[in-house]
Amino acid sequence: MKLLVAVKRVVDYNVKVRVKSDHSAVETAGVKMSMNPFDEIAVEEAVRLKEKGVASEIVAVSMGVTQCQETLRTALAMGADRGILVETDVALEPLAVAKMLKALVEKEGIELVIMGKQAIDDDMNATGQMLAALLGWPQGTFASKVEIAERTATVTREVDGGLETVALTLPAVVTADLRLNEPRYASLPNIMKARKKTIDTMTPADLGVDPAPRLTTLSVAEPPVRKAGIKVADVATLIDKLRNEAKVI
Amino acid sequence: MTALVLLDFDAAGIKQPSRSAIAAATKLGDVHGLLAGTGIAAAAAQAAKIPGLTKVLTVDDAAYDHALAEPLAALLVSLAGGYSHVMSAATAIGKNVMPRVAALLDVQPISDISEVIDADTFVRPIYAGNALATVKSADAKKVLTVRASSFDPVPLEGGNATIETAAGSAGEPTSKFVSAELSKSARPELTAAKIIVSGGRGMQNGENFGKLLDPVADKLGAAVGASRAAVDAGFVPNDYQVGQTGKIVAPELYLAVGISGAIQHLAGMKDSKVIVAINKDEDAPIFQVADYGLVGDLFTILPELDKAL
Repeated sequence: MKLLVAVKRVVDYNVKVRVKSDHSAVETAGVKMSMNPFDEIAVEEAVRLKEKGVASEIVAVSMGVTQCQETLRTALAMGADRGILVETDVALEPLAVAKMLKALVEKEGIELVIMGKQAIDDDMNATGQMLAALLGWPQGTFASKVEIAERTATVTREVDGGLETVALTLPAVVTADLRLNEPRYASLPNIMKARKKTIDTMTPADLGVDPAPRLTTLSVAEPPVRKAGIKVADVATLIDKLRNEAKVI
Repeated sequence: MTALVLLDFDAAGIKQPSRSAIAAATKLGDVHGLLAGTGIAAAAAQAAKIPGLTKVLTVDDAAYDHALAEPLAALLVSLAGGYSHVMSAATAIGKNVMPRVAALLDVQPISDISEVIDADTFVRPIYAGNALATVKSADAKKVLTVRASSFDPVPLEGGNATIETAAGSAGEPTSKFVSAELSKSARPELTAAKIIVSGGRGMQNGENFGKLLDPVADKLGAAVGASRAAVDAGFVPNDYQVGQTGKIVAPELYLAVGISGAIQHLAGMKDSKVIVAINKDEDAPIFQVADYGLVGDLFTILPELDKAL
């Protein structure tokens, strides 16, 4: 079974982001970029499925600027077999990404797509669901466990009250939540090997998709800053403050 | 303009995040609610009394039980024709279903809105709440999920909506519900609780949650939450998690115990009305957002608190 993993290049999760002074966007120039952490989990899951003999080939896909190649190299170093970069300077939205992924899935004969449940930059949490919709496939979102047997993917999902398990008829889309696995670190030999793996580059037009965004960002602002309050000396003072000052208990 | 709001419900009735979604929808125009599944009569009667709703659509069909994304999205798409906005709370169900609806309608969804500016323009947090983006949609129809903690829920009484039976298409089944393993608790749900008592890595183990945190939570009628560090360490299940990767909450009182205050945790609770931090490290970042800070050992403070409440 051929598997596709989608990986996004985002501001590294350890970076404290800053809003640009003109309030047009978050500053990304000169900021460390990395693979979206949820996508790392997706790549790891794909590699494990290949190690178990479930997947025959893993195609890693990234979309965006030229530097997304680095993100693809990371995926290749973790164990993906080859990469595809859809190169564009357009700020892509989930709808356009889903349309382009659909075209690639059909072109490549993919039977299972795994990707992160959300990117930590725009926090949209949408692309996996949208891809599944466009393909007419079932979806297993927020996955904490994935089992493939016969033509069924059994996916345990993180839901509000706990866990839920669904059975999906393949082909399907799975989106990875935090507890699905612990992604491996790419070893030096694997990083070297990854340099020899192929990355094909194409454009949105090659896939017949107009990537123009539907949303216009009017402004990006810092959230209101919460001021530090006071330190209290002991439990009695705390309870007194909560009862008589804040009046919340 | 009329908005259609997918309502989340269980045996206890309409869930509170859905009432926050209705509150957001009322800023857009007329609001209709949708209940789909079997055994929805009681929830429909309750929904009809919610102020803000003018109509409650009910689809009594087992295909929609367990709120599987595939049939539910198909249903919403078949009903979407007459609506300017199709929306839900940004709960596990809403987040699962709404983007699917949007793709089928060829719309770019807007997730987790925290403010309604006008019919096309919304504010939403990005980068784990470290920035707020104001976005304007060029799509004819809008598909939205609503950050429940940003909108005060509409009350349960005072409205008088009509209940109407609707029918839609669930499509060919491609997914099946297998099982659910839900945390059983007599305490309020995290996203609906007025008071939340949360523990972090400083709790040291799961036993201490039960021994030290639970009694305090019970005295306060509070829900129990946790930081991602405590969840990752295996102290408590993931559905306790408060933060960007867990639940976003905004209770009246948030008590953070043994939580250092990582950015990802703050993103999930910094809109709480009053924040109390108990931590032995006086330089912990949690104190920068806390209204009341108590520096000390939680293993002596929690029993004292339990006794004093």
